Order: sequence, then structure tokens, then C-alpha cells
Amino acid sequence: MTNSRIGYAIALAALIAAPFFVYPIFLMNVMCFALFASAFNLLIGYTGLLSFGHAALFGSAAYVTGHVVSKMGLPVEVGILLGTATGAAIGLVMGLLAIRRTGIYFTMITLALAQMVYFICLQAPFTGGEDGLQGVPRGKLLGVINLSSDLNMYYVVLAIAVGSFALIMRTVHSPFGRVMKAIKENEPRAVSLGYDVNKYKLMAFVLSAALSGLAGSTKTLVFGFATLTDVHWNLSGLVVLMTLVGGLGTLLGPIVGALIIIALENKLGDFGNWLAAATSIEWFKSMGESVTMLTGLIFIICVLAFRRGIVGEIAAFFKRS
Amino acid sequence: MNVATEQKPIADNDPKTAKKALEIRNLQAWYGESYILQDMNISVNQGEVVTLLGRNGSGRTTTLRAVMGLTGARKGSIRIGGVESIDLPTYKIARLGVGYCPEERAIFSSLSTEENLLLPPSISKTEKGMSVKEIYDMFPNLAERKASPGTRLSGGEQQMLAVARILRTGAKLLLLDEISEGLAPVIVQALARMIVTLKAKGYTIVMVEQNFRFAAPLADRFYVVEHGQIVETFAASELNSKMPVLSELLGV
Amino acid sequence: MEIFGIPWPLMLSQLLLGLVNGSFYAMMSLGLAVIFGLLNIINFAHGALFMMGAFFAWMGLNYFGINYWVALFVVPVVVGIFGILIERSMLRWLYKLDHLYGLLLTFGITLLLEGVFRSFYGVSGQPYQVPALLSGATDMGALMLPNYRAWVVVASLTVCFATWFVIERTKIGSYLRAGTENPKMVEAFGINVPVMVSLTYGFGVALAAFAGVLAAPIMQVSSLMGSNLIIVVFAVVVIGGMGSIMGSIVTGLGLGVIEGFTRVFYPELSATVVFILMAIVLLIRPAGLFGKEK
Repeated sequence: MTNSRIGYAIALAALIAAPFFVYPIFLMNVMCFALFASAFNLLIGYTGLLSFGHAALFGSAAYVTGHVVSKMGLPVEVGILLGTATGAAIGLVMGLLAIRRTGIYFTMITLALAQMVYFICLQAPFTGGEDGLQGVPRGKLLGVINLSSDLNMYYVVLAIAVGSFALIMRTVHSPFGRVMKAIKENEPRAVSLGYDVNKYKLMAFVLSAALSGLAGSTKTLVFGFATLTDVHWNLSGLVVLMTLVGGLGTLLGPIVGALIIIALENKLGDFGNWLAAATSIEWFKSMGESVTMLTGLIFIICVLAFRRGIVGEIAAFFKRS
Repeated sequence: MNVATEQKPIADNDPKTAKKALEIRNLQAWYGESYILQDMNISVNQGEVVTLLGRNGSGRTTTLRAVMGLTGARKGSIRIGGVESIDLPTYKIARLGVGYCPEERAIFSSLSTEENLLLPPSISKTEKGMSVKEIYDMFPNLAERKASPGTRLSGGEQQMLAVARILRTGAKLLLLDEISEGLAPVIVQALARMIVTLKAKGYTIVMVEQNFRFAAPLADRFYVVEHGQIVETFAASELNSKMPVLSELLGV
Repeated sequence: MEIFGIPWPLMLSQLLLGLVNGSFYAMMSLGLAVIFGLLNIINFAHGALFMMGAFFAWMGLNYFGINYWVALFVVPVVVGIFGILIERSMLRWLYKLDHLYGLLLTFGITLLLEGVFRSFYGVSGQPYQVPALLSGATDMGALMLPNYRAWVVVASLTVCFATWFVIERTKIGSYLRAGTENPKMVEAFGINVPVMVSLTYGFGVALAAFAGVLAAPIMQVSSLMGSNLIIVVFAVVVIGGMGSIMGSIVTGLGLGVIEGFTRVFYPELSATVVFILMAIVLLIRPAGLFGKEK
């Protein structure tokens, strides 16, 4: 236990120092998605429920926060709270409907419901449709901390991320977390032990949804906009991929996965150009624009050959030795 | 497209084993991590009726399933009609001439009785399975219920259907798992007569049976299975002298 | 004549449009159900393969001079073979695992296929000419019946019912039904089930590609045409359940018609009405209208 405490202390120190060495916007981007992926992982990794609709939770919170802060002029902290609450509320509705089926049907339902949210966002006047919400101000946190400074914003985001991660850790190791694990491993057995399985699944869903909403709200403030991309099923797929690459069901996996995927996204253009130059095949230049293709390829490779993800493989390696 | 073409057997040149219907040597089998069969050795000649006795969980059903390739990993040797089958997929094993009637009967509920009967394809050009007419002659109840969904039949009729199905393929080695289980005495007697008839026609039968009184008069030889191994084997003629041993092993 | 303030000809033409969409829903959910029954995999790639069918028809016409009628037969076969290759090389490794991995893999294949087509053709739609024989409309008195759309409905229904007939009434269909129930037992009778599985996947995929060829003249052929469709089809499948062939067909057609009428009366809801119905069905009858929950 002490080893991991030292590890976390070092990591925290590194994160505090990081914005002086690495571009803060990039770091904040990674943290938002690390939170999003960790929230998603709460569901699939610990309850065994695969949701393909998490973008609805992320994106609707992004829109709500964007709207109340820029159009209604509410304080930043209220915006974040409302966004998180939106995520939780939509998560409650989605969860109530989806949990009525299990397995693959659950997944399809989350996807369909998220698509409905997408269409609502597409048509609703307050979202700005295809253009999205632009120019969301960062304002002052609690009226005091000026978030327009990237450095200040960074530490606020860091606090949110660390706080949420701590919450997730506590949840996973709590009695509630253990029941979730039991449900994942053997649901009929959990039922026979007298647990109201559906209630637990719903609680897990709502918690995951709230944290996803928090991630979305934070992202809006960091970048200053919320668009349809945030509610599109592509994003749902992306967060699944991050968790898969990092390691389903591990605490650090989603964080590692988010880091890798976002770094990849940023560098893909350069990589495509390099490949084009190296092989003289022009088409590789357009590959740089195709995150989709690369995402698909990584998905396929992970599912076939790398299901435990990076953190999972490392953990298994240490278990063997 | 023909899904049931004949498999060319890799023939065995050893005269001692070439003629045996089924030869199992040092068979080990697993279901996932569970090590069920530890060292099975069974030998069945053409035309014999052999019964596997033993308590529940001893590995008798697993032995039959292992022959069909329906368990997890397998090691050892299983020769069917002289052909080594340990590495073959299930459908190729069936095409060597084996018919399997599982304990759960496995009647297809989405098919009618007649569709259940028509499903098994002819697996051999030389051995013809029973025609549907011959089946209906042997089992008139099935003729009456031919359009009913397979699982709407009574327990006894389902059992008859399960056995009748494997007679359709032309398989001459029949693996029967607890066919008398849970059936009325009248039906059990009918099944016993059927086994006698099949034996007279030259079928080789390996039976797993809890019902000792059903199996005893039918078998030529017996094996007693315990913990995935053979602990006793004897011929029908020795049955009486072996009764004390059997009482102890099986509580008969 | 008017119904609810809508002129009768408009109702009829919306009904036809609804049937057209419903035919696509029916064919796609039929393919999904057939594949799911035997392979226990939800083929997310169905949408992308639909798109591939449309694109191959377009490419066939523009690069090889292959006309619509030939494409109608050739393209499903080509895409079906492609599907068999996918099954043999990738899907078969997943059968022993949790169903979810099949969904994730086919999702990955979807992204890959869409990404490839997008990198060559972008996202804007390519036009595909309605074949000369079917262009124009027939005057039916009450309405002008667009020939091509009528053909789509007829062709789809024919294929759907042919599929139903083969599966429910023929011997080869009985292999599929039995295999869906208990594949190991079917194998124990000497039937080459692995080959049957591959062919079934190929067939399901061919159905999607056939729908794609039918769709080419109506929808803009673009790399994105499959993804929005597949999500609606998922909702259709949740509503109808995947236990029954006829159920899938009826649900698909019905939802297409309902969606069509919604477009007349409540256009704002037309994009989401299927999802709303899905939510209602989940509340009232979770197993689906025709579901035999697996």
C-alpha cells in the first residue's frame, strides 16, 4: 500500500509541475478525457455493462455548461454543477430504460438513446445546431480565481480530475464497488444472494453519467466551445477505445488510454506526412486526416490481440513474475 | 452445397486394433480448468454392447462427449474404426460413423418432429441410415406426432426421437447417454427391445446407464468408471460374481 | 379528399416513402437477426457493408460500366465473399468470448471501412442514376407512383419473404434454425457447422449489400450513409426482438411506415420517433414485440 501511495505522490508532483514543461491545453485535454474514460470504465470495467452512448452524457453537459455560462451569464462553478447534474439526469433516464435488457441489447439501447440526444441537440435552438456554442468565457471561479489564465485553469482542472479519480477509487474499493464486481462476475449469483441488482446497476450508471458530465462541462470551459462532435456516437466509440487500449477494469488504464489516443490524434497528421514521404504514396497524407481509419484499426487489433490493454498486460506480466 | 461429404479414413495397419469399433487409450479430458478424465481406457469390438457404470460425476458422460470432441482439451488416443480421431473436429468425428444421443436429448424445439428426423444427413456412402419410413415403423408414436414441434412430445417420445435421429445417419457406432432416465417402465422395455434389435442388425453400442436393471441384460461387457478412470471391467457372464463389488462401488 | 387536413395523395406518397425506408429497415434487421442467431454477434459493420454495397454499385457503373441490373446480383455476392473473409480471419476467434467483443470488433471494422472510403471519396454524396427502366412515375389515379421506389419495395419484400421461406420451410433452413439453437449438436450429426456459420455471415452481409444497391439511386452514395441507418436498425431490432424472422420483417416495415407518417404530421419528431417508440416498448414490453430473449 505504501508503494502505491509513493507512486501517487510522485505522479501528483509531476502533474503539478507539468504545465511548465508541456503545453497546458494538451494536458487539460488529456485530463478531461481521462476523467471521461475513467467514468466510462466504472461501468464496463466494474459492472460489465458496455454503454455505447456515453457521448450523450458528455456532450449534453458540455452544451448546458456552455449555454448557462455564456448565454445566461451564470458563474462558472454553477455552470459545472449544472452540467454534472445534466449528465446525471440524462444518465438516470438512459439507465432506467437500458437496464431493462441485458448484454448486447443494453448496449444497443444506450446507442439508440444517445442518437436521440444527438438529434435533439441538432435541432434544438439553444445548441446552435451545426455551428455549436462558441466563445464560452472561462470567467472567474468563485468570483476570485481568474480562469482566463491557462495556468490557473490547469490547476482547477487538475483538482477536478484528481478529486474525481479519488472518488472513483473509493467507490471501487467500497462495499458498493464490491457488489458491482460481483454482478459483473456472476449476476445470477448476486441475485440469489439477495442483491437488488438493477438498483446497483442504475446507481453505477448514474455515477458514471455524472462524472462523464463533469468531464464534458470542464472540456467546454477549457476550450470555450461545445459542438455536435461532443454528442456524436464517434465520441462514444472513442471513449470505449481509450478504455480498451488502456485496460478495461483497471484504475489507471483509462488514463493511459486517454493519453495515448489524444497524443495520437494530435500527431496523426505528422505521422501521415512522414509515411507519405517515406513511401512516396500520396494517400498516406490523407490518412493523417483519417482518425476514423486509425481508430478502427486500433480497435480491431486490440480486440483480437490485446484485450487486456496496456495496463492490463503490465499487471499480468507482474503477476507472472 | 453438400455439407456432409465422406471423410477418407486414415487407416490403421495394426491388425489388433483395426477392427475395433472404438478404442480409447490413456484419454485425458478437461472442461476448461476442470480435469475430468484422468486415464480412460476402453475397448469396444464391432457389434458389441458395452455399458459404462459408475456414480454421478465419475466421468461417464464426459467420456462419450470426449469421443465426440465436445469437451475442452483432450489428450491421448481415440480410434474409431481404426481411425485416430483425437485431433478431429466434431463434425468429422461424426462422419467416421458415430451417432451421439446426449443425456439432455437435445431435441430442437424450433423444428418439428419430422424436421428433427430429417436433419441428420447421410454420413456414409456405404452405410445407409434408416429411412424415415423404417423409423416410423419402429416408432409409430413419432409418426403420429410428426408435425408437432419437437419439444411438445412427451418425455418418452422425445427419447425415442433422440435415438431415432442418430439411426438416420448411417452411423454404426452409437453412444447412448442415460436413455432410460425418467421414463415409464413400458417405454423402458420398448427401448430395451430396440437395443436388442439394433444389436442384431450389427450396430455397436456404448451405453451410459444408471438403471442397472435396464442395462444388465443388454450388455456384453461392463466398465466401471470412477474419478475419470476405469476401475473394473468384466463380461456379462461374470456379472453375478461381480455383484458384491458393484454393490460397494455403485450401491446397486 | 383530405385526412386530418392532409390531402390523400400526399398521405399515399408518404406511405410509399415509409414503406421504402421500412424495406431497408426490414432487410437490415433481418440480416442482423440471422447473423446474431447463429454467431451470437451483433454485426455493427452491417451499416458499413450496406454502404460498401452502394459504393460498389456506383464504382461498378463509373469504372467498369457495370449496369444497375448486373450490380444487383454481382455486388451482394462480392460483398458476401468479403464478409466471409472477415468472419474467417477475425470473427471466429471471438466466439468463445463475451458477446461484447464481437460488437467492438465489428465497430472497429465499421470505422476502418468508413475511414477508407472517406479518404478516397470524402463525405459528400456521389449521385447514382436511377436505371432507365424504372425512371419516372406511373399515373395511378390517386397518386403518381414513383416507379423506382415501388420497385424497391417490391424487390425488398420479395427478398425478405424468400429469406423467410428458406429459413422456415426448407431443409437448409432447418439446419440454420437447429444451429441457432444448439450448434454443437448439429455438428455431432456430421454437419460442417463452421462452414455453415461462415456462409450465414456471408448471406447476412449480402442482404445488407443488396439493400445498399437498392439504395444507391435514392440516397446519396457517401461513406456515412450506413452509420445513421445502422443505429436506427438497432432500435428496430430492440423493438422487434431478434427471435423471429417474420417479426423482424414486420417490425422493420411497420416502423418505416410510422416514421413516414410522422414526417407528415410532426416533421420535427421524424428523426427520433423510432427511438421514442423503442423507449415506450422498453417500458411496456421489455423483451420486444416478437422477442424470445436469448
